[in-house]
Amino acid sequence: MAFTAFASTPAVEQAPKKRSFIALVLLLPGILYLVLFFLTPLISLVITSFQQPVLDGDIGEYQAGFNWQNYVDSVGEYWPLILRAFGFALVATVLALVISYPIAYVIGVKARRWPLLQSLLLTLVIAPFFISFLLRTLAWKQIMSDEGPIVQALKAVAILPSDGHLTGTTFSVIFGLTYNFIPFMTLPLYATLERLDLRYIEAGADLYASPFTVFRKVTIPLSMPGIVSGTLLTFIPAAGDYINASRDFLGSSSTAMVGNAIEANFLVLQNYPAAASLSIVLMAVILVIVGVYVRRSGTEDLV
Amino acid sequence: MAIASFAESGADLQLSGITKRFPGFTAIEDLDLSIPAGSFFALLGPSGCGKTTTLRLVAGLEEPTEGSILIGGKDVTATKPYQRPVNTVFQSYALFPHMSILENVAFGLKRRKIGDAVAKAHEALKLVELDHLATRRPAQLSGGQQQRVALARAIVNRPALLLLDEPLGALDLKLRRQMQLELKTIQTEVGLTFLHVTHDQEEAMTMADTVAVMNKGRIEQLGAPEELYELPRTAFVANFLGQSNLFTGDVVASGPDHITVDVAGVPIVVPRIRSRRHAGEVAIGVRPEKVSLLTSAPAAETGRNVLGPGRVTDVSFSGVSTQYLVEIPHVGELVVFAQNMVFGPVVNVGAEVWLSWNVEHGFGLDDEPGSVPRFVADDSTESIAIQRRIALEEELEQA
Amino acid sequence: MTRRTKGLGLWIYTIIALVFLLIPIAYTFVFSFNDSGKLNIAWQGFTLDKWLTVCNTQGLCEAFGNSILVGVVATVLATALGTLIAIALVRYRFKARSAISLLLFLPMATPEVVLGAGLAAQFLTVGAEKGLGTIILAHTMFCISFVVVTVKARVASLDPALEEAGRDLYGSPGQVFWRITFPLLIPGIAAAALLSFALSFDDFIITNFNSGAVDTFPKFIYIAAARGIPAQVNVIASAVFLLAIVIVVVTQVSRAARAKRLARQLG
Repeated sequence: MAFTAFASTPAVEQAPKKRSFIALVLLLPGILYLVLFFLTPLISLVITSFQQPVLDGDIGEYQAGFNWQNYVDSVGEYWPLILRAFGFALVATVLALVISYPIAYVIGVKARRWPLLQSLLLTLVIAPFFISFLLRTLAWKQIMSDEGPIVQALKAVAILPSDGHLTGTTFSVIFGLTYNFIPFMTLPLYATLERLDLRYIEAGADLYASPFTVFRKVTIPLSMPGIVSGTLLTFIPAAGDYINASRDFLGSSSTAMVGNAIEANFLVLQNYPAAASLSIVLMAVILVIVGVYVRRSGTEDLV
Repeated sequence: MAIASFAESGADLQLSGITKRFPGFTAIEDLDLSIPAGSFFALLGPSGCGKTTTLRLVAGLEEPTEGSILIGGKDVTATKPYQRPVNTVFQSYALFPHMSILENVAFGLKRRKIGDAVAKAHEALKLVELDHLATRRPAQLSGGQQQRVALARAIVNRPALLLLDEPLGALDLKLRRQMQLELKTIQTEVGLTFLHVTHDQEEAMTMADTVAVMNKGRIEQLGAPEELYELPRTAFVANFLGQSNLFTGDVVASGPDHITVDVAGVPIVVPRIRSRRHAGEVAIGVRPEKVSLLTSAPAAETGRNVLGPGRVTDVSFSGVSTQYLVEIPHVGELVVFAQNMVFGPVVNVGAEVWLSWNVEHGFGLDDEPGSVPRFVADDSTESIAIQRRIALEEELEQA
Repeated sequence: MTRRTKGLGLWIYTIIALVFLLIPIAYTFVFSFNDSGKLNIAWQGFTLDKWLTVCNTQGLCEAFGNSILVGVVATVLATALGTLIAIALVRYRFKARSAISLLLFLPMATPEVVLGAGLAAQFLTVGAEKGLGTIILAHTMFCISFVVVTVKARVASLDPALEEAGRDLYGSPGQVFWRITFPLLIPGIAAAALLSFALSFDDFIITNFNSGAVDTFPKFIYIAAARGIPAQVNVIASAVFLLAIVIVVVTQVSRAARAKRLARQLG
């Protein structure tokens, strides 16, 4: 969806050589805005990440410097949180993909002949967007709380020990991440499956491929753009998320992710260089992963 | 499951008592059809006549409501498409866009775990003269090339029966003619049974050994192309295969060799063996190119039918021949094709003419004469729309 | 086994999955009627009180008002800027095209926590006071890319011949834009604006870094989460949800009805 949208730019055929002056006028305000409020903040972040504390200064007072040590310190201290962030995001992305693909297939392919049903099902998929992300997560916290029905039931059948919890565990954080990003996964999958030409499936069956082989060799490869968009739209925000892992939501101190460390250092501890260096590390790792992933999945024309 | 070996030669196909009903619509009604092994069989008809549904039933992409399908004597009615020794060249080609040409052609062989898939795929590509493009993607090929890849992808599997679903429909006229010849050559070379579905009568007649004309879910007539053309059984066939001049009238004399029909007061003679009905009111006809145009009243002659005088209402030049429309009082408008033996038309609009033809060229139809209007093709948008919707629904069902 | 029953399992799975997606929404809605005290955790009985006393909770309605204000202003700004970029990207050829595409793509590929921390670092550097203004600046930034994506799809589907016809019929460039291009783009622009508003309204992470002492609705929830969410929060969330669903369903049904009517007229 969002990612593939940049891929298919038909501009070259459509655009005759027009005065680029008009293009400049159209582009300038928005591009300037992004330079001011996206690009320079990233540069500020890099500068901040190298700052050093002012001698005898207050908490939160820093001066320009070239303090590599910030990176060594923050990664040294928070590497488990960085690993956890990517591990949780990976598991949540895989789970969301497995859960979402059949939903997207039913809405995009099976429901094709009933357009109204199709759009109503789609509305149900995006319905969670209409209620605050935080409230949805809190609702799960209540449902999975120690007094809640799920824990009681699990304890009754002895799946969970009598002193066990669901909230504050790795399970609940991954559960929350998966739940919250299912719509982000389903929508781009739906967008490609909805356009899937079913004659390819017939051709596969005609050429001696069983339904499972057709799915593996034809349906999956043809829906690859949706899979790539969906996994990126899930993985990137999940890796940087700190709501699900927060103590007040589904996590505990033992489930903290790198986002929690960035928030705490920036907004509570006022250790801006630590927060900035963690942000840069997070972003750099994501860009590398996305780059490799996109290259390997053969959809290079993302940008 | 999949057939482990190549078919040595084509197999015969037998459809018996096939009926296919969709909700609110019957596509095929009690169809019996038998196609001998090794033949090139064309199923010809207008859109919505049920020919594509028939093909999809044979491929296994649809299930018949009633009846059974036998390929090489084996009942395959209940088997899935991927279990049938049948391959299809799809109208849209349906070449997998994410695979190379070679991967497309080798796809079926690999599914059946046949050794040397790649070498065999190359061979098939050589047969259609596209081996040099083996590494390309389908989107990088022209329409004609894609069509040949689709053909290679199907015949490489040596299916007992090859189904062609209007595979030349998307090509321009010149390429179409060329592909018709190539298809015919390949069929003769590999000796497979071809079942070709088309709405193009010329294509059906030039390529097929046997043509079945289909209309409204039934087969109207089946036979060799010449036979169908020379001796159409119904008004539908008479007008779907080429054009015909049709008349109705009562039989006024019936001899051992000929019958005489009274057409608006003029006696018209038709050979008895070329006429399906021999008494009462009948419909008879003659092909436009069999009719000669005369500028003066001919002397009465046995062995020729004469109509006229009439007036030429339209002259249109088409290169090889010129088509004249002649209005004859009380009979109606007739079409005449005349070879362009001289420069320019023989007569002009408004000229008074007589028409005559050899008695032996007439034919008598099997239809109820009351129900023989001049043929109107069954191309009402509604029936096409229904057909398309049903096709789509079935695709969904399959998926 | 017929083909009709073959897909049944998938349908059942989908229904279950969709019900699962809706559980927290149902929970939130039901607990907006809970006759609870300060903590809205255990079910205490049915009451309509919370719906009638929404604004009695200190700071809640103010935070909600701030969210609406921020959402509207950021949507207007982002939609205007993004639409212009989208038109330029589809209709004009220029040199820095790939650099600009990258600049538009990156904000969507950057985790929100990095966007939030970056802006906060910048506001800190220039010494800007955090408040409604900084929230609006931040929200506009991350909405622009989504507007560009949405509007661009619409511009690309427009037949350039329509604009050429406009010029051929003596329209000046300005007239062609306002009388032809813009009206045809309205569905795309409306969709982009709705998306922007939804993104802004629900944003917490970026807001948290750049709001200073000002609360928005999500931030109010975040702060309240530490000590217990009052049921009035559920009331506001449920009301917003119902409103959004009504808008979407009405739009879809009327679009389907229009398509049907059109088909009947043509048929």
